[in-house]
Amino acid sequence: MERALPALGFQGVGGVRIGRMVELEAEDAERLGELCEKLLANPLIEDYEIERLDSP
Amino acid sequence: MIWGVLQFPGSCDQRDALHACGLAGEARLIWHEERDLSGVDAVVVPGGFSYGDYLRAGAIARFSPAMAAVAEFAAAGGPVLGICNGFQVLCEAGLLPGALLRNRDLRFLCRQVELVAQGADSPFTTGIEAGERLSLPAKHGEGRYFAPPALLEEIEAGAQVAFRYAAGENPNGSARDIAGVVNEAGNVLGLMPHPEHAVDRLSGSTDGLAIFQSAAGSLV
Repeated sequence: MERALPALGFQGVGGVRIGRMVELEAEDAERLGELCEKLLANPLIEDYEIERLDSP
Repeated sequence: MIWGVLQFPGSCDQRDALHACGLAGEARLIWHEERDLSGVDAVVVPGGFSYGDYLRAGAIARFSPAMAAVAEFAAAGGPVLGICNGFQVLCEAGLLPGALLRNRDLRFLCRQVELVAQGADSPFTTGIEAGERLSLPAKHGEGRYFAPPALLEEIEAGAQVAFRYAAGENPNGSARDIAGVVNEAGNVLGLMPHPEHAVDRLSGSTDGLAIFQSAAGSLV
């Protein structure tokens, strides 16, 4: 990605990191952390953040 | 000696694994939904692209019923060999330490590599001496071995590095040139290169045979 950007005319862009966004609907928000740690992310090599999109 | 070779949707190297195991005993295919490992003396988790490497390589396969059975088998001391995607599955399952990242050069690589055995204690290396060199094919996009510094020290201190890429041969940026590791108990081995593709003169090197024959020998 980072190497492709100058070729497209974008200079001065660095530190490119690509992650993953997972959207889901959960009836019980309590176990979401566990879900992230067990499946969605590998805690050894990935961080994760949980953001609630609907209004509480 | 009965080998159980797992197959997940997307696995492809179970075929050569079955062939290689067949040269060192009898081989049985175990579909990922099977939980029954009775009669199996050693398990192979093969290479390929289980679940298309979706989410992360090995991340979904590790939750299969067969892997639950393999975890029990390993906890009881049963020999488990993970090759390439199998290595990734075992790391995701926590049966081996560390993780495999995208190759340093971000490219899928497919070439012969030279490994140096490190003398780690495992049923799969009893016939391989420390310092012995093995020529095996490597083909992977996510083969860069990683562990946080503290864990890396533990692995080294515990003599858990089974194979390193020979000097100048590290094709993917693996930490400390690590190509394969064993668990603390030594009964589980994972490596990125493919011993099952190196058991017949027709395909070049036969250095992979020693890994299968060692396990067969250590059960006699």
